Amino acid sequence: MERVEQEVTTERRTREERRAADRRTVDRREVDLGGYERDQLHDMLSAMLLSRRFEEKCAQSYQMGLIGGFCHLYIGQEAVAVGGIHALRDDDYVFTAYRDHAQAIVRGIEPRAVMAELYGRVDGCSKGAGGSMHMFGRDVNFMGGHGIVGTHLPLAAGVGYAIRYRGGDQVVLCYFGDSVVNGGPFHEAFNMVAKWNLPVINVVENNSYGMGTDIERVAAVDQLVSRACAYEGMHSERIDGQDVLAMHAAVAEAAERARGAEGRPTFIEAITYRYLGHSMSDAAHGTYRTKEEVQAERKNDPIATFSDRLMEAELLAREEYDEINQAAIDAVEDAAEFAENSPHPEPSAAYDNLYADEFRGGLDRRDAWR
Amino acid sequence: MAVITYREALNRALREEMRRDDSVFLMGEEVGEYDGAYKVSKGLLDEFGEWRVRDTPIAENGFAGLGIGAAMAGLRPIVEFMTWNFALLAYDAIVNSAAKMLYMSGGQYNVPIVFRGPGGAALQLSAQHSQVPDPWYANIPGLKVCAPATPADALGLLKSAIRDDDPVVFIESELLYNVKGEVPDEEHIVPIGVADVKREGSDVTLVCHSRMVKVCSDAAETLAEEHEVEAEIVDLRTIRPLDIDAVIASVKKTNRAVVVQEGSPYSGIGAQVVDDIQREAFDYLDAPVARVSSLDVPMHYARPVEKHILPSADAVVRAARHVCYLD
Repeated sequence: MERVEQEVTTERRTREERRAADRRTVDRREVDLGGYERDQLHDMLSAMLLSRRFEEKCAQSYQMGLIGGFCHLYIGQEAVAVGGIHALRDDDYVFTAYRDHAQAIVRGIEPRAVMAELYGRVDGCSKGAGGSMHMFGRDVNFMGGHGIVGTHLPLAAGVGYAIRYRGGDQVVLCYFGDSVVNGGPFHEAFNMVAKWNLPVINVVENNSYGMGTDIERVAAVDQLVSRACAYEGMHSERIDGQDVLAMHAAVAEAAERARGAEGRPTFIEAITYRYLGHSMSDAAHGTYRTKEEVQAERKNDPIATFSDRLMEAELLAREEYDEINQAAIDAVEDAAEFAENSPHPEPSAAYDNLYADEFRGGLDRRDAWR
Repeated sequence: MAVITYREALNRALREEMRRDDSVFLMGEEVGEYDGAYKVSKGLLDEFGEWRVRDTPIAENGFAGLGIGAAMAGLRPIVEFMTWNFALLAYDAIVNSAAKMLYMSGGQYNVPIVFRGPGGAALQLSAQHSQVPDPWYANIPGLKVCAPATPADALGLLKSAIRDDDPVVFIESELLYNVKGEVPDEEHIVPIGVADVKREGSDVTLVCHSRMVKVCSDAAETLAEEHEVEAEIVDLRTIRPLDIDAVIASVKKTNRAVVVQEGSPYSGIGAQVVDDIQREAFDYLDAPVARVSSLDVPMHYARPVEKHILPSADAVVRAARHVCYLD
């Protein structure tokens, strides 16, 4: 795909200038609502609202000490997960990084199981062993929840390899954050995906910050999507990640492109924004971005933008919105209650699932004095 | 029984398992067209084709991770590292992904994969190409680690590793590839986690694995011929899980032990074995357990220095004499 060359400059642009430039340079404009059924649109709105309400509840529970460890919330980025995952078939596969609650729920893991995992309880989707960063759902092909930046890209390529190996026509959707594009696994995975035509759709969720570092300060390219030029045959596209339909359309086309023996991989850059801090341990703004910047970005809220558009097109009534929102609130409250009532694992669970089969030699032989 | 090399035994294991199960595939640098950097995969590309014998880019973290993903999707990859030194680039994939996946997914995703290749010193390969990786992997819960010393064990253990439902680190040795030994003609399986007494003796137990089994065999001959000491050699074969019962049984018989490893001493496999012996057989010991290992330094290029750094049969003889109070 031909792209407009950006003027090379060593000067930092203002944040507003950069966001404006980002919006100018997306490859896909407003997607026609006519291509969607009303139910499908409502399902996407419902999934985004469920994700939003779920993460708000997580923040509350975290502050009450009910959730431990690192806890990275997805608020602001919902359209990326929902648009992409709703474009998949049930037998496709999904990977993501550690900001994984929304992806897990949208893919189909019960909110109860995700919340119980956050609470570290036995009914968690990973039996309380993984926590916030390691949601897994084998029955919905949700392959994690990975905590080391970039590590899961080669894994996603491997699932793509297995699909091709068996002559299948599924695809793998792999999400990761913007900081991944500067690390080795990104290149190693992309190179193999392109060389062997693996059915992988890689999506970088460019929320501008790798933790507290502006991506512009550490990436030697202006547009992350331009990295795709190094991989022949890989389609690439830059998307407004705050537009759920743009995201949906891009991933639907990418999936179509990837399926089957002649399939080709795709790299999508989704321009998005997280409204809260990197994790629950840091403030939404302060050291690396201003309050004004966050407020300005919140005006482009993916849920509000989408629901407004549906209402204007008379595809959504105010009462319907309220019902969908209330259902999300109810589901989240139910999930939290369920999680709180789920038992803590026994200490002996320390040895659970360490090996798939019997491990000779006595695992606990060297663990005296407990 | 046929007499074949360690290299041929590995090749036979790969070929038999790939014929038996079409979810088994091999990948790594030079494994296909080149027949393997050490010719372990000779002829496999011709028989199985490129999707099952995959030449990879030189990108260890990438192709090790790709193998892990394929294993999560139900295949049984064998990832060859040209040497374990290069696998340090894949340490993240092996430790953070392969070893942890089953555990942190609450039992949902096991990773049936084998990572294999030669470890340890060869001849004057110096600091970056002579490292002993055993303790780097033996320290990781979730992994199993094999290090066979003979062609028969290489065949039987690799077949077990390929059939295993967990990630197995399989450490070979460049200096063992040409070693010959008897191998059964029929199906031969050696279970993971079971040690083997390679020589029976009554006076001192020599605990070892991989290339050190030969060093200990040479030492045992000298001990018998020149010092009237009959050494029992316990070949661990698997270093995680450790068959400590076999070690303890031997120590209870001989009451003396020398623990030999190729790697450097600090936090080495030998340290673990000595700890197990002192906890479980303290009252049976007639002398403190001795250890023989490399010096605690990187490998030197110059031949006399390299020889000085590595454990030798002479050193094992001296250690055995010491624990037998013959000095």
